[in-house]
Amino acid sequence: MNLALTILIDGVTYASWLFIVALGLTLVFGVLKILNIAHGSFYALGAYVTATLVSLAASWALPPAMSLVAMLLAAVLVAVLVAPLTERGLLRFFYGRDEVLLVLVTYAMFLMMEDLTKLIWGANPYYVSEPYGMFGNIDIGTQTYVGYDFMLVALAVVVGLGVWWGLNRTRFGKIVTAVIHSAEVASSMGIQVSRIYMLAFAVGIFLAALGGAFTAPMLSVQPGLSVGVIIISFAVVIIGGLGSIEGAAIGALIVGVARALAVHVWPVAELFSVYLVMALVLMFRPQGLFQRIQARKI
Amino acid sequence: MTVSALLLRACVVLLVLAGVGYALPSWMQFMLTMAMANGLVSLGIVLLMRGGVVAFGQGLMSAIGGYAAALVFLNWGVTDAVVLAMLGGFSAMLITAPFAPLLARYRGIFFSMLTLALSMVGYGLLVKTESLGGSDGFNMGRVTLLGQALADEQVRFGLYATTLVLTLVSAVLVRMYFLSSRGLVTRAVRDNELRVEYLGGSVSQTMSLNFVLAAFLGGMGGALAVMALGHIDPNFSYWTTSGEFVFVAILAGSQSVVAVMLSSLVLEMVRSFSSAYFPNTWQLALGIFLLLVIRFMPLGLGSLWSKTEKPSEKQP
Amino acid sequence: MSDELLLHAQGLNKQFGAVVAAQDVNLRVKTGERVSLIGSNGAGKTTFVNMITGYVRADSGSIWLGGTDIGRMNPRQITRMGVARSFQIPQLYPSMTVLENMLVALACHENRLSTWLPAATSARVSRADEVLSRFNLLKHRDRLVSELPGGLRKLIDIALAMTGAPRLLLLDEPTSGVAAEEKFPMMDTIMQALKGQALTVLFVEHDMDIVNRYCDRVVAFYSGRIIADDVPSVALAQTDVRRYVTGVRLPEDAHHA
Repeated sequence: MNLALTILIDGVTYASWLFIVALGLTLVFGVLKILNIAHGSFYALGAYVTATLVSLAASWALPPAMSLVAMLLAAVLVAVLVAPLTERGLLRFFYGRDEVLLVLVTYAMFLMMEDLTKLIWGANPYYVSEPYGMFGNIDIGTQTYVGYDFMLVALAVVVGLGVWWGLNRTRFGKIVTAVIHSAEVASSMGIQVSRIYMLAFAVGIFLAALGGAFTAPMLSVQPGLSVGVIIISFAVVIIGGLGSIEGAAIGALIVGVARALAVHVWPVAELFSVYLVMALVLMFRPQGLFQRIQARKI
Repeated sequence: MTVSALLLRACVVLLVLAGVGYALPSWMQFMLTMAMANGLVSLGIVLLMRGGVVAFGQGLMSAIGGYAAALVFLNWGVTDAVVLAMLGGFSAMLITAPFAPLLARYRGIFFSMLTLALSMVGYGLLVKTESLGGSDGFNMGRVTLLGQALADEQVRFGLYATTLVLTLVSAVLVRMYFLSSRGLVTRAVRDNELRVEYLGGSVSQTMSLNFVLAAFLGGMGGALAVMALGHIDPNFSYWTTSGEFVFVAILAGSQSVVAVMLSSLVLEMVRSFSSAYFPNTWQLALGIFLLLVIRFMPLGLGSLWSKTEKPSEKQP
Repeated sequence: MSDELLLHAQGLNKQFGAVVAAQDVNLRVKTGERVSLIGSNGAGKTTFVNMITGYVRADSGSIWLGGTDIGRMNPRQITRMGVARSFQIPQLYPSMTVLENMLVALACHENRLSTWLPAATSARVSRADEVLSRFNLLKHRDRLVSELPGGLRKLIDIALAMTGAPRLLLLDEPTSGVAAEEKFPMMDTIMQALKGQALTVLFVEHDMDIVNRYCDRVVAFYSGRIIADDVPSVALAQTDVRRYVTGVRLPEDAHHA
């Protein structure tokens, strides 16, 4: 029983940050029809900026709670400064081209951002682990869990509900939904599609950076972070269905629990289990669990 | 170009490159060997690109070929370089063949994602398989050539020459394949699949064959790379490795085999020089390069000298 | 025209959701006939063609080609049985030349696609040239298809269908999108190219002048049903056909307006 609980909690906490990141990825695909390989790079950027801001806050002897503000600020900075630059300065020159071509463009972006972060922050790892102890520990059964992890779950729920509400209950959300269904038709209705693209991209990047910012205390912030994150985010959105919020949530849960299961029960499967599920989904239900985009298959 | 002209050209190239290679320093021979071995893997991607799909899983093929060659070398004492290379090719081909018809039904990003996922499944399996060395992989000793052991000063050139010969043979065969009926139908599939079926052709068979041939090239390239490196590890199958092979294919374009080898050489050169002089900017350079190619030379380097195909709407 | 029955469609029914695209469609075509299928948009002509060519499977009913039931076959299998079609919007290979397009058609038709033998053998090139010359397309042989105007592309589309020496040819609106003064010359070219081939032709057409001049039988569709099946002079004069297809406003309709 204890093992099942451990797996569940591990899985859900892993799924939380993964959901936030994957949500950004699926949103960008849904609106701009771009599968962004560089999404993980923005995650890493969020983590790096957090590292910088948190150490700044510490050197100014600010209270520990400010770390959370710093994380949020980091995500906002990335979204406000880097996202428009990327979208307006690079991506928009390739709109309308083949979808795989756009993937290659984002792959080029990924390569560039890998080195840019190394140039700015160097190749050595950063540690921002102090905030991780901010919420103390919680005892459940015979196991001790870190409070921070539960905060992450709460954050994921808030983010998920926020995005859902924003898309479904606001006027702006309705406009975005129109663009998701058909940019051409939306444009002919007078919607400024390019503005929506920019905003949607910024929100997507914000979510990636937010994921990076809030997980920074849990790992060492170093080159190569983006590489692992993007691939597992792909798995989530493929399993859940490209362009779907519910899909990102369910996909993240499946991936999180599958990984937790593997880690605790069959460690050999830890790495390939997720990708095996991704491959199986692509083979048998390529549109994912929550169909939004029609899969291109003959 | 007729077949005889093609063969003549290949022989001339062989003689020239073999002669030149003999005079080059050892490190350059190694670089050229790796360029060709990796070029073969990218050639597999080009084969599939001509059919309209971009494969992100050739890393897995090179890993299968590499591990197969290394294992056979260590466990069964097969040491001949050519035999090992062919073994690498065939093992990748055999493992892929049952899945080829299934994979042949996918297009666009779904095909790319599926091959990417399979590449990562391979990586995950290899990392966790302790008997294969886990994440460290394992080393491989010195190969023999034509029954002869190779002395210290002969190794680099021996591998270079072997790789050169196999690459040229593959290049000629691939060129012939491009000119063949199936090669032509492959291009037709990329332009208009529906019409191919309505003319009685089989899209599935065509793409399956392409997949299997690409697997062979990937496996053989992987085996040759392992022999040159003396070492194999799961990174061969990691998605960023597959990404590099795709980079070369995009840079080269899908029309010229020579362009693939040249592009592979460019990557090797950037990789070699960068680690010495600018370790934190070589990926930046690659990224910029890739963007420039996509934006200004979407048909790749090969379009500079090949008969130009007009790009259709479906341009990967 | 022989008495041999080439195509026999019996009791075909097809529904797409709430739309009835085919309702108890029966049609017998003898070898050598030139039949035109007419009807307004959505009447069921294209669905009928799609069912014959295997693109769509009928909900019920059967389709016989010669002595074989082709109702369950896919387009590729049906093409190999000797059925070829052209498309309303020409389906070509835009990045390739006219000759290469023809070579693809020839390669597809052959049973074994040779993996290493060249596609452009002299035998195939002369066969391609022969078909192209029948359509007056020989002079465009080495031009890229994407550079050619619509009328020529329609001809190439039909030429591609002809490379496999089919028994039954289905032309989907061969003159649509072609300028009015070009229609007759184009149909003349097509019919000339088809002459001498043991060929049965079904063509979907909207232009009644073309229908009158080039076919010996008219089949009219409306709401998924065949409402007329006769020689042009009789079929086109039928009240229903005039009301639902050719769009002539009849005196009695004025009262219901």
